[in-house]
Amino acid sequence: MKLDSKTPEGRLEDKWRNYQIKAQLINPANKKKLNVIVVGSGLSGAGASATLAELGYDVQCFCYQDSARRAHSVAAQGGINAAKNYQHDGDSVWRMFYDTLKGGDFRSREANTYRLAELSAPLIDHFVQQGVPFAREYGGVLVNRSFGGVQVQRTFYARGQTGQQLLLAAYSQLYKMIRAKKVKMFPRSEMLDLIVINGKAKGIIVRDLVTGELKRYAADAIVLATGGYSRVFRLSTLAIGCNGSAIWKAHKRGAFFAAPSFTQIHPTALPQTSEAQSKLTLMSESLRNDGRLWVPKQKGDTRKANDILEKERDYYLERRYPSFGNLAPRDIASRAAKERIDAGHGVGRLKNAVYLDFRHAIDKLGIQTIKDRYENLFSMYKKITGIDAYKEPMQISPAAHFSMGGLWVDYELMTTIPGLYAIGECNFSDHGANRLGANSLLQASIDGYFILPNTINNYLAGALEEDIPTTDHIEFEKAEKEVRGTIDRVLNINGTKTVDHFHRELGKVMWQECAMSRNKKGLEKAILQIKKIRDEFWSDVKVTGSSNELNTELEKALRLADFIELGILMCTDALEREESCGAHFREEFQTEDGEAVRVDENYSYVSAWEYDEGDFKLHKEELEFEFVKPSVRSYK
Amino acid sequence: MKVTFKIWRQENQNTKGAIEEYKVDGLTEDMSFLEALDHLNELLVLKNEKVIAYEYDCREGICGQCGVFINGRAHGPHDNITTCQLHMRSFKDGDTIIVEPWRAASFPVLKDLIVDRSAFDRIMEQGGYITAKTGTAPEANAILIPKEVSDSAMNVAACIGCGACVATCKNASAALFTSAKINHLNNLPQGHPEAHKRVQEMTYQMELEGFGSCSFTGACEVECPEGISITNIAEMYAKYTKAKLFG
Repeated sequence: MKLDSKTPEGRLEDKWRNYQIKAQLINPANKKKLNVIVVGSGLSGAGASATLAELGYDVQCFCYQDSARRAHSVAAQGGINAAKNYQHDGDSVWRMFYDTLKGGDFRSREANTYRLAELSAPLIDHFVQQGVPFAREYGGVLVNRSFGGVQVQRTFYARGQTGQQLLLAAYSQLYKMIRAKKVKMFPRSEMLDLIVINGKAKGIIVRDLVTGELKRYAADAIVLATGGYSRVFRLSTLAIGCNGSAIWKAHKRGAFFAAPSFTQIHPTALPQTSEAQSKLTLMSESLRNDGRLWVPKQKGDTRKANDILEKERDYYLERRYPSFGNLAPRDIASRAAKERIDAGHGVGRLKNAVYLDFRHAIDKLGIQTIKDRYENLFSMYKKITGIDAYKEPMQISPAAHFSMGGLWVDYELMTTIPGLYAIGECNFSDHGANRLGANSLLQASIDGYFILPNTINNYLAGALEEDIPTTDHIEFEKAEKEVRGTIDRVLNINGTKTVDHFHRELGKVMWQECAMSRNKKGLEKAILQIKKIRDEFWSDVKVTGSSNELNTELEKALRLADFIELGILMCTDALEREESCGAHFREEFQTEDGEAVRVDENYSYVSAWEYDEGDFKLHKEELEFEFVKPSVRSYK
Repeated sequence: MKVTFKIWRQENQNTKGAIEEYKVDGLTEDMSFLEALDHLNELLVLKNEKVIAYEYDCREGICGQCGVFINGRAHGPHDNITTCQLHMRSFKDGDTIIVEPWRAASFPVLKDLIVDRSAFDRIMEQGGYITAKTGTAPEANAILIPKEVSDSAMNVAACIGCGACVATCKNASAALFTSAKINHLNNLPQGHPEAHKRVQEMTYQMELEGFGSCSFTGACEVECPEGISITNIAEMYAKYTKAKLFG
């Protein structure tokens, strides 16, 4: 199968306009006849649901949480980028496009990335209109701050709770359209399969998480907005319920999975302190604006941070990357931390952390300024660790964070299954091999509010000619039976080990072999280990309770079963890509001083994997750089 | 570390519940309270018992999904935190910890410690938004909003919708939650056109849902993880009166 990105003709600046000029329209009377399912109610899912409903489509929106307002977009702290050039510091759409493409180490499509930058400015207008209380100057205009990998100030923020404020804006618009009876909301509902009829996505099977009942829903098009899958590592910055099941089911029904191994490891999370730990809390990258990262020069130094003299400290990012310093991009900052920790300079009880120190900033700017900027982050840090970071440095550590990979989508955000779309973090599109800070809220919002509502018409115009989908179709029957079979199978194993036990095992293998640094031998070993975990899971897991009740243990088991298979694909992808690019660092491909070596002549493509009876078949979407010449990514 | 949990167990909405006792060993002070419950659940599975149902998602204090009564206090013994931010270092070895679901008629128990807070969504549905379609926005800096106004909107917009305010209130009032959303939008220029309608419709829905009245005891602001001030409730009622007079 030849992958067609459907990139429009013309100059980079004209592509999106050219697309819109040629796209099909559907008249308002006909839109009412069309029904769209949106799975996920985060920034992209809620934004898409509200906007599609405003346009006249009937929308059914599903989420596993108790309310749409809980989706994990809520947890993004630092901000959202936009090429407004309000700071008069030389920013432009082109520069933002270039920063994003370079940040992703030239492993994303030029046209998609340009569109992301192009639509960023109107998105800020949109959110201000919705009542998002962005930070402002005394005179009333909007404020910006810096983020990693960028030399201009283009990040808009609402304290350290930007994601929460954007999500609540999207949620409120969603409820506006629920009140208008154009959206029907299904909370506590988890998608467990995708229905494909005659090659087109036509419905989903959902488990009602309160009663356990399996239900069928049909629609003219299905939109997945289910977020990232970094919980495959178990310990991550993600919410505990975040999962890869919806996209994994879609993958098994024929949607290609692109660049699954491209996972961002965030440099500033709280370190793991025990085996029982369930979560690594993120501390916003914005802290690196004023905080300085360091470790003791002396290995295994056991003194308290404040007792270590200035000359005994190694500000390793400032040392290695003088021009970007503490604001080096995430992949580079994470690897640099890992390098110091592995070399024996780690701090904290388990020696797995580095210091993030605000003393200089407090001395220079005063404590009040630092409070204004980060008060909620400092108070969150204190709530969790009991430590006052105004007085001593924070201890932080890298943690699994964002999935750049996801379902392969074309310029219209449609997967390889006609009628199935993937938006937000669950697709692969704009971030290449590494996402820049504050581009995640941006992509989720733009996909949901601006792109999908413009591109879905092209497909739905054809759906008008087709029969109205119904849930009586044999494919619904078959899929529901399969789902029921899987649930019964899990419940009947009655083995000796808990779901969490297997998740910890999977997480250890993934973190060891498929995280910040990877190598051939390790990945080959990891695939065998994960297959063993899979076999043990299916023969020895124990899940109590039944399928026809609220059963949180069963929910976890079903999600983990999919994570295990996804883990194998992630390792397979990382093994196949014999180069280092962005977050994907293969130890065999590095310079003498430990910098990544990209191999453009062999790997300038997006890997897109087809599910093939338990195995995976590679397809390649060659990346063509028409407007920008890929350069060696240097932040020195 | 070893503690005795006394936990509310209830099969579903239609059955009666009761407190059950669990002695748990092998905990550490670094564990979060929810990790201690995770640990207990693993032990229950291995004993072939049903796990305790409780809610959580982000586990970093922002999604608002977690929330239980711990020793008689919403979100546990400290002021202004969420249940997921509570750690076992707040308890002593040998302590007995009583864990109950949110207690409010408008938040019916679904199972064990899980309650249904969809009443909050229905209050939001009655005007917790600005009526403006995607694509109609003017240039962002065309709307100037003084820093103090934006900051005060942010103070209340920070509400995470956990329901601790309702659960801790002797009247099970949702006034703090409702006022937070109303004051966020009504104090911003974008929210002005619908201000009178919003305050009337959202407070009406709040009453329809069966939440009690506010009698200004201040219990809610102590438990609110975002420290939202009770003065917001007075402000909401002032806005309500104004809307009745001039709306």
